[in-house]
Amino acid sequence: MSPGVLAAVQFSWLAVLPLGIVALAAVAVLLAGARAGQDQGEALGWFSAAALAAAALPVLASLGRSRLAFDGTVAVDAYSVYFELVILFASAMTVLISLRYVAEMGLAPGEYYALVLFAALGMMLMAAADDLILIFLGLETMSLAVYALAGFARRQARSAEAALKYFLLGAFSTGFLLYGIALIYGAAGTLKLEPLRAALAAGTDHRTLLLCGVGLVLIGFAFKVAAVPFHMWTPDAYEGAPTPIAGFMAVGVKLASFAAFLRVFGLHLGALAPTWTAVVWVVAALTMTAGNLIALAQQSLKRMLAYSAIAHAGYLLVGMAAGSNEAAGAILYYLLGYAFTNLGAFAVVVALERRGVEHESIADLRGLGARAPGLSAALALLLLSLTGMPPLAGFVGKLYLFKAALDSGLVWLVVIAVLNSVVSAYYYLRVLVAVYMQEGGVAVAPLAARPALLVAVGAAVLGTVLIGVFPAPYVAAAGAALRSALSLSSPGPLALIAR
Amino acid sequence: MPAWLFTFVAVLAVLGALGVILQRNPVHSLLALVLVLSLIAVLFIALGAVALGFLQAIVYVGAIMVLFLFVIWLLNLETEPREGGRLLVKLAAAVLAAMLAAELAALAWRAAPGGAAAAGALHQGANYGSMAALAKVLMGEYLLAFEVTSVLLLAAVVGAVALARKDPGAGPQSSTPGRLEPPLR
Repeated sequence: MSPGVLAAVQFSWLAVLPLGIVALAAVAVLLAGARAGQDQGEALGWFSAAALAAAALPVLASLGRSRLAFDGTVAVDAYSVYFELVILFASAMTVLISLRYVAEMGLAPGEYYALVLFAALGMMLMAAADDLILIFLGLETMSLAVYALAGFARRQARSAEAALKYFLLGAFSTGFLLYGIALIYGAAGTLKLEPLRAALAAGTDHRTLLLCGVGLVLIGFAFKVAAVPFHMWTPDAYEGAPTPIAGFMAVGVKLASFAAFLRVFGLHLGALAPTWTAVVWVVAALTMTAGNLIALAQQSLKRMLAYSAIAHAGYLLVGMAAGSNEAAGAILYYLLGYAFTNLGAFAVVVALERRGVEHESIADLRGLGARAPGLSAALALLLLSLTGMPPLAGFVGKLYLFKAALDSGLVWLVVIAVLNSVVSAYYYLRVLVAVYMQEGGVAVAPLAARPALLVAVGAAVLGTVLIGVFPAPYVAAAGAALRSALSLSSPGPLALIAR
Repeated sequence: MPAWLFTFVAVLAVLGALGVILQRNPVHSLLALVLVLSLIAVLFIALGAVALGFLQAIVYVGAIMVLFLFVIWLLNLETEPREGGRLLVKLAAAVLAAMLAAELAALAWRAAPGGAAAAGALHQGANYGSMAALAKVLMGEYLLAFEVTSVLLLAAVVGAVALARKDPGAGPQSSTPGRLEPPLR
C-alpha cells in the first residue's frame, strides 16, 4: 500500500479538538484522583468544570466554518456547535452541583468526575456525528459512563438497583439500535448520513428491509429519550441515582439523544417521513399523557421530576411528529430552556439533601418558604417554567413547539399536548403549595454555605428568565443551527421534510 | 479452495461440533469448541477472508475460549448428569433445527447454478479480505470511530472498576469511618 492512501483522507483534527480536550481532562482527573485524598475532591471538580469551559472555546471558534471532517463522518456546523455548547454547559452545571454532594456522600471523586467527562464526550460526539457508527459509539460512551454513575452510591441498595435496571434495559435498547443500523446498512449500503440521504432520494430496492431498520433505530432512540412505552427504567433510575446524576440524565442524555434523533430522522431520513412521523405521533401522545398522569400520583420530588422529564420528552416528540423546519427549530429552542430549568430543579433537590438523610418527599418541603426564602423562590420559578407559565423559558418553548405543530396540521396532537400541560400544572403547583402554604417539613442548610451550588441555581434561574423574556436571540440561534445543518446536507432548497 | 480441503475441514468441524454437545465433561466440550472455531478460521482464510480468519482465531479461539475456561473453573462445574430434558425444550430444539436445515437446503438449491462464479465476483481485487484492506478502512475512513472506541473502552473499564472495587471511601451508611464493608451485591 502506498503512503499516499492515508494522505488522501482528510483528518482535520481541529474538528475534534473539543472532544480531545474533554478526553484528556477525563484521563487527567482519573490519574489525579488516584492520588488525591477525599478532601481534594472539590479541586478535581473545579478542574473538570474548567476543562469543560475550555472545550467550549474551540467549539465556538469553529462557528461559521461548516464542513464535514474525517471522510464525512463528523459534521462541524452550527447545529453541532449549538448542541455541544448546551451539553458542555449542562455537564459543567452537573459538576458544580456535584462538588459538595460527592464529598458529603463519600463518593470517589476521581472516577466520578472522569465518568461525567466521558459521558460529556459521548454526548458531544452524538451531536456532531454524521455517521451511524459514530452516533452509536457516542451513545455507548455516554451510556456506559452514565450507567456507572447511576450506581455510584453503590452502598445504597436503591442506587445499585437503579444502575442494574438502567444497564439491562439500556443494553437491550442498544441492541435494537445496532440491529437497526445493520439493516439500514444492508438496505442502503452506507453508514454515513449524507450518502444515506442520497441513496434514499434515489430510491431503494429494499424498502421493507430499510423500514425495519428505521423502526429498530426509532425504538433505540425512544429508549434513550424515555418515550412511552420504553420509559419503564426512568423513574427508578432517576430515584436511585445520585441526585446530580439524575439531573444529568434528565438533561444531558436527553439533549444528546434528541440531537442525534433529529439529525438522523429529520435531516436524513426525511424521504421516509410519512412512515415514521405517524409512529412518532402515537408515541408522542402516549408519552405526554402517561408521563403527566403518573406524575400526579408521585410523593417523591425526584420521581415527580422523572415523570415530568418523560412528559417533556413527549412535548418534544410533538415537534418531531410535525417534522417541519419551524418545529425542528422549536425543538432546539425548547431543549435549551429545558436544560436550564431542569438542571436548576435538580440542583434545588441537591440543596435540600444532606448526609445520610433522604430529603426528597414533597411533604418534607412543607414550610420551606419561610425557612429558605431564596431557595424556595428559585424552586417556584423553575417549576412554573416547567409548567409553561409566561414569560419563562418553558412557556415560550411550548408556544413555538405547539404553533409549529399546528402549522403542520397536527391539530389533535396539539389539543392533547395543551390538555397535558394543564394537567401538569397540578403536580408542579402542588409542590409550591407545600412550600408556601403548609407547615412542618425538615430543616435545610443555607445555600450560601455552598457557593458552587449557589452559582448553579443562580445560573439556572437567570437562564430560565432570560431565555423566556428575550427569546429572540435564542430562537435565531436555533434557526441558524438548523439551517447550517441543512445547508451542509443539501445545497438545494432548505426543507427538512418534503411534504 | 480445493474440494478435498473443504471436505476434510468441514467434516472435522462437524465432528467437533458433535463433540461439543456430546461430551459430558464441560472442559472437553470446550476443547471441542476450540477445534470447531479453529477449523472455521481455516475455512475463512481459504475463502480469501484472511483478516476475518485471523481475527476469528485470535478473538474466539484465544480470548473468548480462555474466558470460558476461567468461568468453568471458577464455577467448578462438575460432569453434567445425563438427563432427559423436558419435552417442550426438545420439541423447540427440533423445530429450530428443522428450520435451519430448511434454510440451508434453500440456500444450496438457489445457489447451485453459477455459485462459484457469484462467489468469485465478491472478491474485489487482490486486497479483498486482507489485513491491509481492513487497516486502510480502520486507519482512514473510520479513524475517528477507531479512536473513539478506545475512549469508550476506557470509560467502560473506569465505570466497572468504580462499581466493583472494594472500598469507595466512607459511605453515608458506614457508622465508623474507614471500616471496610462488604460491597453491595
